[in-house]
Amino acid sequence: MTIKAAPAKSSSFLSGLLRHQMIIPIAALLILALFNLIADPSFFRITLGYNSAGNPVLSGYPITIIDYGSELAILAIGMTLVTAASGGQDISVGAALAISGSVMLRILCGTNTSPAELQAPVIVAFLIACVVSMIFGAFNGSLVAFFRIQPMVATLILFTAGRSIAAWINNNELPIVNDVSFTYYGGYLPGIPVPTPFFIAIICFIVTWALLKFTNLGLYVQSVGINEKTSRLNGLNPELIKLLTYVLLGLCVAVAGFIKVSRLSTINYSVIAKDIEMDAILAVALGGNALSGGKFNMSASVLGAYVIQFLTTTLYKFNVQSDALSAYKAVVVILLVVLSAPVVREKLSALLKKLRPAKQAQQSV
Amino acid sequence: MFSGMSPAPFFYNEMKVNDMREGSVLEMRGIYKSFPGVRALQNVDFRLCAGEIHALMGENGAGKSTLIKVLTGVYPMDSGEIQIEGQGVVQIHSPQQAQRAGISTVYQEISLCPNLTVAENIFLGRGEEKLLSWRKMNQNAGKLLDSLGIRVKPSQQLASCSIAVQQMVAIARAVDMDCRVLILDEPTSSLDESEVEKLFQLMRDLKKRGVGIIFVTHFLDQVYEVCDKITVLRDGKLVGEFEIESLPRVALVSKMLGKELDDMADIKNDIPVFDQKDNTPVYEVSGLSSTEGIEPFDFYIRRGEVNGFTGLLGSGRSESVRAIFGADKVTGGSVKMEGKAVKITKPIEAMRNGIGYLAEDRKRDGIIGDLSVRENIILALQVRTGFFKPFSRAQQIKFAEEYIKLLDIKTASVNTPIKSLSGGNQQKVILGRWLLTHPKYLILDEPTRGIDVGTKIDIQKLVLKLASEGMSVTFISSEIDEMLRTCSRLLVMRDRKQVGELTGEQLTQNTIMNTIAGGEKE
Repeated sequence: MTIKAAPAKSSSFLSGLLRHQMIIPIAALLILALFNLIADPSFFRITLGYNSAGNPVLSGYPITIIDYGSELAILAIGMTLVTAASGGQDISVGAALAISGSVMLRILCGTNTSPAELQAPVIVAFLIACVVSMIFGAFNGSLVAFFRIQPMVATLILFTAGRSIAAWINNNELPIVNDVSFTYYGGYLPGIPVPTPFFIAIICFIVTWALLKFTNLGLYVQSVGINEKTSRLNGLNPELIKLLTYVLLGLCVAVAGFIKVSRLSTINYSVIAKDIEMDAILAVALGGNALSGGKFNMSASVLGAYVIQFLTTTLYKFNVQSDALSAYKAVVVILLVVLSAPVVREKLSALLKKLRPAKQAQQSV
Repeated sequence: MFSGMSPAPFFYNEMKVNDMREGSVLEMRGIYKSFPGVRALQNVDFRLCAGEIHALMGENGAGKSTLIKVLTGVYPMDSGEIQIEGQGVVQIHSPQQAQRAGISTVYQEISLCPNLTVAENIFLGRGEEKLLSWRKMNQNAGKLLDSLGIRVKPSQQLASCSIAVQQMVAIARAVDMDCRVLILDEPTSSLDESEVEKLFQLMRDLKKRGVGIIFVTHFLDQVYEVCDKITVLRDGKLVGEFEIESLPRVALVSKMLGKELDDMADIKNDIPVFDQKDNTPVYEVSGLSSTEGIEPFDFYIRRGEVNGFTGLLGSGRSESVRAIFGADKVTGGSVKMEGKAVKITKPIEAMRNGIGYLAEDRKRDGIIGDLSVRENIILALQVRTGFFKPFSRAQQIKFAEEYIKLLDIKTASVNTPIKSLSGGNQQKVILGRWLLTHPKYLILDEPTRGIDVGTKIDIQKLVLKLASEGMSVTFISSEIDEMLRTCSRLLVMRDRKQVGELTGEQLTQNTIMNTIAGGEKE
């Protein structure tokens, strides 16, 4: 039905805003901020101190959020692409991250579990970890693209096996990196009081933005995600594009893994990045992106990731036990997801429309 | 089982004055419905009698689907009233209520469960499953299907039946639910001729039982074959209700379009005469075959020529052009573009060689529903230019606006999602997509299916114009007169084989029919 459909100017600015995708993560962010402001304004206090190495560091809950939210934001970038192209999610990112971290440590430490010096430059270890991680991404991607296995099932394989593979790479030993320079990437660069992971996340975001701006990645991924058959008839290779998104997610995993092992200078195979895949998927959903694929908004996903970290940090601040954390998170997630459901949003904007004339009438009196 | 004319056990409101006319089963009066920015229905009346097949006609965007959605409770109406015989004024707020009031709808896209059996589909969701044993359910379904002359085993899985049978099962389900008003929304668009005939038989049968049928279709022939009355809508307003005998075809079309038929006459006089001087084929293939099981065939098209594949549904028309474009897996054949041997086994290779292909199934193979009109227009060209060379936003808008203007596409803006456009406008967007790639050879498979008469004519005119500018076009349509108007050479297909080639004098409806039916071979 389009009889010269006029642009929907009639709907108010507010209801237009309500329909915008960014509204969900932004609203969630504001609600969380408001809650903290009321409950305990000291949440937002940031102090400048010095760490054990004598470098200036900022600390406070907001810093914790931008610090620890970064790995999640980086993973959310890849997860958004995978979701959009294949209409499913990769649940193996935590396990793949363990593998990539394990590879890094293996190269940095060589055969010695705790060498005094690095056995290879960090950049070499990082690049090799990237390659390995992308190969595992390609493995997932091929199962999804060529064998047409449902993404969750396909990635279940690596989800199950990943942490064992990670342990096997280092003969189940826990190598420790003793070089201080390795801690910079998950901590602070000398003289810079803002945590490095935040900068790495910003770089990843800029690179992704450039990739979406200066290539057709966005158009191709969305086309394939929305209508694979049409995409093929327009000259695209849907399998290749799906594969590409999994490889890119592999790259994101390697970067996030790099930050994670740098934080600890070592690795715990069964605990590192545990359940991070769920948070990454949640970030995509919180960004208002359909988990069934198609259109996506990268900024919304990234913001979603930080909102999830905001939530986690808030819960920690209020001394929620780590065992109980998931339950609290679930409650908040239910709220957010229900609020962001199209059905509810339609109702909300209808409600706003009704309220608006009433308000105007009051004003005129 | 079927209780046709017996008083329906529905909610009966005695308080309302029943002011319906004699013989009506349904009366809709003064229906208004608006969407943001669009007045979809304005003061529309509609009356359906018992035992009548009533065509609801109008171009896309005339308000047919809105009227039906109001009647079936999908959209709430803004004002107006709906009366049903024996029930007085009814309030219909949901499809379930509509069903309880005796109004059933069978859509173009079957809305049954393909993985259940025929019998299960008939009885599903009616609260009777508990009472029935499987055997009894199959028996009852069998009786029902027999009584309607539908030949299918009740225990067969629905997905394994043809679309036609699936549709008839949907109708059987409606009939068994005591429907008084049956709405058939474009039921014939995916059926072949014999299936359509079976469907009509069923419709006439139901008519005898006193069911009122609302029939929505784009096929004029079918309207005149089976309907008793026609109600025409245009731009959301009622044009009128007519007895079928009092409204000749030409008059109907002009009522739907709201203008005289100069346009139609125009195009008819414009019988394509193809200039044979330029003899090098733009595209030429020998022994082309694909995995879709068509007999290997030879084919060529010259510069500025319009040719077409004709034949019954399933004869291999679409499969032939899909093989040319590399849309299906090509298994053999040597292709030459402008005399040079090339390899075309994938769509992208066809596109690089200057071939465009508008696919038959717009929803499945044409549109990227959630993407904007702009993105849908630039897609093919953008893919051809490559991954690392995206057009700037300004360039994209320029391209989109150019084709929106050229093809007179009605859209709120370049950023409107294509799925919110009407069928005809969606088709124009896809057409714009391929024109933007400036193809040497354009394949149009059923470009006029399921779209309004006005747009059909626009597209046919456009094809002739493109050809006069030197583009080669292969045009496929189920409507033979459309092909006669546009093509100067027709390739006739039967049972996945090319069985004839018709040119010049041979291009008449009769010759084509004969060739399709298996008369003489060339």
